[in-house]
Amino acid sequence: MEKDNKLSMVVFSGDMDKVMAAFIIATGAAASGMDVTMFFTFWGLKAIQKDSSLTGKGLFGRMLGLMNRGGIDTIGPSRFNFGGMGRWMMKTMMKQKNVASLPELRDMAIELGVKMMPCQMSMDVLEVGADKMLPATTPPVGVAAFVEEAVHSKATLFI
Amino acid sequence: MSDPIKPDVNLDLKGLLCPMPVVKLQLAVKKMAAGQIIEGVATDPGVMADIPAWARTSGNELVSIEQQGKEYHFVVRKTT
Repeated sequence: MEKDNKLSMVVFSGDMDKVMAAFIIATGAAASGMDVTMFFTFWGLKAIQKDSSLTGKGLFGRMLGLMNRGGIDTIGPSRFNFGGMGRWMMKTMMKQKNVASLPELRDMAIELGVKMMPCQMSMDVLEVGADKMLPATTPPVGVAAFVEEAVHSKATLFI
Repeated sequence: MSDPIKPDVNLDLKGLLCPMPVVKLQLAVKKMAAGQIIEGVATDPGVMADIPAWARTSGNELVSIEQQGKEYHFVVRKTT
């Protein structure tokens, strides 16, 4: 199989620090001339929801939507979040050091043409509608769509 | 120490941290024509490794990169 100059990545985590790593690698690879595809599944969907509005249809889905707010500015770090204190502290520290914020990194990824694919099955399970996704994302896809991207890629990552 | 190459584009990357120096560099290079020269200055020590790596991966030519005090100056020629 001929491999393209492409990087494919699964973004499974919805933690602020891991999502940040994902977007830094994606923008860095895109800036180096690679085609980049990011497949957002499960908690990772939170990173491409256009805002932190409530999601869910049934009782469990709504409970989950309440406890697990989406939106890239709402997500907290994988460690030491302390109910949002950690997120605030990390954001403040990053700002002091002039590191690009998560929304800026994501905007940059969009500008560089990074392809962002939401996982249909996770959206069904977590009851997150397609209307909640950023306009820059592709329509929801399944595993075969990601596998097709991955087999043509020189590098694949799972975050 | 004078630079004999006259840049077509100047790029200020001072204060930016990873991944922004290479991202801004790529966005600037994208607008240039093949053969044109870009000269940039950054303050993130990481660029000493990152800009040469970016040049190798993207296929552009790194003409020079050097530290001058707390600044890192580089010259890149767009090849493709």
